[in-house]
Amino acid sequence: MLFNLFITFCKIGAFTFGGGWAMISIIEKEIVDKHKWLKRDEFLDLLAVAQALPGILAVNIAAAVGDKIRGRAGSVCAALGTIMPSFLIILAIAIFLTPDMIKNNPIVSRIFMGIRPAVVALIIAPVINSARAAKISWRTIWIPVVTALLIWSQWTFISNPILFIILGGLGGYLWFTRHNLNKNKEARL
Amino acid sequence: MMIYLRLIWSYLKIGLFGFGGGYAMLALIEREIVGPGWISEQMFTDIVAISQMTPGPIGINSATYIGYVVPGEQCAELASPLWGILGSIICTLVVVIPSFLLVVYTSHFIQRHRESLIIKGIFAGLRPVVVGLIASAALLLINGENFGRDTYQIIWSTVLCAAAFCAVYFAKIHPIWVIVAAGVAGLIIY
Repeated sequence: MLFNLFITFCKIGAFTFGGGWAMISIIEKEIVDKHKWLKRDEFLDLLAVAQALPGILAVNIAAAVGDKIRGRAGSVCAALGTIMPSFLIILAIAIFLTPDMIKNNPIVSRIFMGIRPAVVALIIAPVINSARAAKISWRTIWIPVVTALLIWSQWTFISNPILFIILGGLGGYLWFTRHNLNKNKEARL
Repeated sequence: MMIYLRLIWSYLKIGLFGFGGGYAMLALIEREIVGPGWISEQMFTDIVAISQMTPGPIGINSATYIGYVVPGEQCAELASPLWGILGSIICTLVVVIPSFLLVVYTSHFIQRHRESLIIKGIFAGLRPVVVGLIASAALLLINGENFGRDTYQIIWSTVLCAAAFCAVYFAKIHPIWVIVAAGVAGLIIY
């Protein structure tokens, strides 16, 4: 069973590109529909937890599923299964494609000169998609704008992404509790 | 050997504060790995490209690659594949350890309090910040190392960036094919 868990998540790790949500739907198919290790609502509960925690979503959900099915050993097997294929593939590439080769091989260096600006575009697209998903409005747009500009400015202390993550969580918590306090007061009046 | 300890410390932070998925994590990797000069801006962009073209989450792929490259780039005596492999094992494991422990030890607690206002409030506050993190990663990558320093390369880079954006965002073409096409374009143009 543990071996089965490891192999299943290995397959998922080896054949899904992009991680995140692309991986989630395949994990759901394998775990819920094919192997019937969990019921769909159990899986969705675990997904909600995996999403709420930091780190790599696909590994989080693998650990949560493994833990639910076979306890601690299950969570280790599932998580290792998920990262193993990526690890081996990237290692093979890294051994072959050294920084020196990218810089000095005339063909490889030209290929990467074309790829680099495209990579920037690949990161601009999710900015817009995530802004839509987060329902950013004219009232809240200052938050991502200020965050992005301050990190971009590379001021020693201020530009730390960790600072903004903590401020965001804290701000959201304070705003929500105050908002609800007011609502409760209104309800009492 | 210090470089391994510093990588562990950096990747613990990346793993613990990596909210909002792979792209938001890039902002943290910029700060922690490119910031101290362990790899160049160019190398970072190349690693993102390679991570996109290979299966698996970008957070894992980039940790493996960065762990392999950094020791050799930092000390000459660590420039052998074995030291690189050690680095990649360390980074790949360390980036998942914080969230792994949280999943195993706090999932019951979170499941019980999922509907609580505290957790809802925290996530309502995190969401717009995550958008800003991804935007900052994109802004940081728009630089001379990636777009070139002479006019010819800057113009072509801008064209390629715009074309790639349209391909991904409007035509919904898979990022892998966009990167392949951009690589072929680079070979033809330069």
